Amino acid sequence: MSEQVAVLGVGMHPWGKWGKSFVTYGVHAARAALADAGVPWKDVDLIVGGETVRNGYAGYVAGATFAQALGWNGARVATSYAACATGAQALDTARSRILAGQSEVALVVGADTTPKGFLAPNAGERWDDPDWLRFRLLGMTNPAYFALYARRRMDLYGATSEDFAQVKVKNARHGLHNPNARYRKALTAQDVLDSAVVSDPLHLLDICATSDGAAAVVLVSAEYARRLGAERPVRVAAVSTVTPTFPNTVLDMPLLATEPAGIVGPPERTFKEGIAHAAYEEAGIGPEDASLAEVYDLSTALELDWIEDLGLCKRGEAEALLRAGDTTIGGRIPVNPSGGLACFGEAVPAQALAQVCEVTWQLRGQAEGRQVEDARVGITANQGLFGHGSSVLLTL
Amino acid sequence: MSVSPAIDGWFTTGPEPALIGSQCSSCGCVFFPRTEGFCRNPVCDGESFEDVELSRRGRVWSYTDAQYQPPPPYIAGDEWEPFALAAVELPEGLVVLGQVAEGYGVGDLHIGQEAELVVETLYTDDDGERTIWRWKPVVEMGEEADQ
Repeated sequence: MSEQVAVLGVGMHPWGKWGKSFVTYGVHAARAALADAGVPWKDVDLIVGGETVRNGYAGYVAGATFAQALGWNGARVATSYAACATGAQALDTARSRILAGQSEVALVVGADTTPKGFLAPNAGERWDDPDWLRFRLLGMTNPAYFALYARRRMDLYGATSEDFAQVKVKNARHGLHNPNARYRKALTAQDVLDSAVVSDPLHLLDICATSDGAAAVVLVSAEYARRLGAERPVRVAAVSTVTPTFPNTVLDMPLLATEPAGIVGPPERTFKEGIAHAAYEEAGIGPEDASLAEVYDLSTALELDWIEDLGLCKRGEAEALLRAGDTTIGGRIPVNPSGGLACFGEAVPAQALAQVCEVTWQLRGQAEGRQVEDARVGITANQGLFGHGSSVLLTL
Repeated sequence: MSVSPAIDGWFTTGPEPALIGSQCSSCGCVFFPRTEGFCRNPVCDGESFEDVELSRRGRVWSYTDAQYQPPPPYIAGDEWEPFALAAVELPEGLVVLGQVAEGYGVGDLHIGQEAELVVETLYTDDDGERTIWRWKPVVEMGEEADQ
């Protein structure tokens, strides 16, 4: 299956706070991806949009919105919503249609505009909505969840605030020359440690911002790529969008409690481990084959969790990898060579596609100023609200 | 002024307060917050639940605090006071979030320590004091003197 679908084009609108409509960003990214692929918009037979995200819930229907903005061309249309995994689920829809022979050339677009500050629920009282109740009853913000995970690394594995700060230092260095990154400034560990504590043990600079941004991918059948003369396009080896396995025993944002393990016992894998496992299984390769990883560093500490969830080291050893420089560009397994969410801030429906864009550039050897040498296999990972998560494996 | 829970039916009050969960009549799984309709255990087709009081004590799974005022719908008092939060694993095998009892901060907590459920005032509105469950670290005999 991995031979049959190719990434022919990728494009982004730079991340930032630009104050424009998500449609503007999405069309910019779409046109960049089409130009990169050398495919005219009129030849696209399927467009899939990542729905915008409003505090965990779906916002504006996007597929048809982008199609209209690009100029109706009669393509089939779909829209996906999967919180932080929205982009990957949209990609999966396009891939499945191509594999089924129902599409030859598909355009996948994710874009959003985000508000400043803490992500807070929409107005109005919703006594049956955990995303509303967690604020009302507990004052439980997103950073507070990230902080719970960070604290476990400290108490269980001996992580320090200095380790977390070094993740930020590394990602800031990686993103320094990335033209699509919002924050392009070198930082020291002291800068991170001197920033205000938001939720102990996490400082402001440990936590990712929210941004405007857009990313787009042109996905085609291998046959179409050949006809266009693409010699060695990047291939989609796997798209994992699995759900958790009951009982989900890791406290998950925005919930107030986990599911009970008292009767049935904990599952074989946590949700995040399961997301990566399914991607490896589908591609028929393992973590030892990965040249690089783009993971969802909503916080610095969460990047360390992901490194273990992806099987890049054993549980509790991510700090050792970081300290040895293994996760830096030039190291054994560079993590977030794009600069990650640390340099981008989160633009939810675009983020999983931005990860795919970065891995594509890395595998093509086009990641100027941040290139991972001899990159052949790249894996992405993210997790969002309400049982959504994804991992995409790309190969040369 | 009257005193009433900030949310109905989630916990009992009195000298030994407890969270109220739903136990599936078929498989025995215990859920919190309360649930109805269908059991979420994938191998169970149960559709009836009984209210059960959850264990009042558990072990701290993790903890943090809020050093900035959370946005609405959180109802903040006139003077902003940072507060701690803890996730506590109960013998039933589920982890339940809560604020930490007044007077305790992250410095008083560590993973694995025992915590006990208490009920305290979350905010005061026109109807009076509105209460919520909180986790209070259990301090062993003698430990208090060491601090």
